[in-house]
Amino acid sequence: MKDRWFDDAAGPVVRPYAMTRGRTRSSAEEAPLDLIALVIADVDGEEDVQDDHSLAPEHVDIVTYCRRSSLSVAELAAELDLPVGVVRVLIGDLVKAELVHVTRPVPPAELPDESILREVINGLRAL
Amino acid sequence: MVFGRSKRSGKAAPAEPVTLKILVAGGFGVGKTTLVGAVSEIKPLRTEETLSEAGRPVDNTEGVEAKSTTTVAMDFGRITINEQLVLYLFGTPGQDRFWFLWDELAQGALGAVVLADTRRLEDSFAAVDYFERRGIPFTVAVNCFDGAERYPLETVREALDLDGEVPVMLCDARRRESSRDVLVSVVEHAMHASAQAAAAAASREPATT
Repeated sequence: MKDRWFDDAAGPVVRPYAMTRGRTRSSAEEAPLDLIALVIADVDGEEDVQDDHSLAPEHVDIVTYCRRSSLSVAELAAELDLPVGVVRVLIGDLVKAELVHVTRPVPPAELPDESILREVINGLRAL
Repeated sequence: MVFGRSKRSGKAAPAEPVTLKILVAGGFGVGKTTLVGAVSEIKPLRTEETLSEAGRPVDNTEGVEAKSTTTVAMDFGRITINEQLVLYLFGTPGQDRFWFLWDELAQGALGAVVLADTRRLEDSFAAVDYFERRGIPFTVAVNCFDGAERYPLETVREALDLDGEVPVMLCDARRRESSRDVLVSVVEHAMHASAQAAAAAASREPATT
């Protein structure tokens, strides 16, 4: 694609929100997914998503990445080179379809307990 | 379209990893992405988030609708502490005048690093102010640029008008050990702050449990 007029500098050919069919919010989630929420592929959903015509290519990419290892919302957005808002909507679709589920990070205004923080400190010191 | 999928049977899920985040803030070009890169196990990734907020006076938007939208880029890295614990670091390249839109990113943050350059200390004011107001524990790390004059840390503390409890340290954001020490300081400070908050809450409501 590089030698044609629609190179990377020209911006995306498909506007990001076309992938979400104009949705800016996921219907599945009451609150927006946190950037560090982990998206985990559901283990028994091993069927081939490639042939699933109900899914967009970006949906398939997300499932494929997450089956390799759980990734955060931020990492998926970076890997797919899509705005976080778009990725959130796509993940919402996959949650609804029960292909993935999402972890809830520690709620705001609530620090993780001391034992976790100690673990973090020890882990960092070992770097 | 993703309809008509059969319900999957429940399964015993393994314990899911806990994810935590630390923010790395500071003025333009102060070394945020360098610090993230020094400790991250992955090459720092970039992602973009569209933020919108109604009616905040960002620029002179006379004649334009009151709702402002801006795209903010974030560089981030990851440190896997162990299978159950993953720490993400988020830095903000440029765009510092949009700090006040960052509530969403700041939500649930364990703590923050404010990177400072003694040649332009005023660039750190916005970040210091932001974390102070939201009660997010932070460490001020003075990035020691080659050729920049070294000042005593107490001078930096005074110049930034920091509370006595806020850790201030020197660092070299290019060095892994140095950046790691800054992160350790943030987590220790967060632990201390949460213990204090718990003690304060306990003294306010005696004998409820």
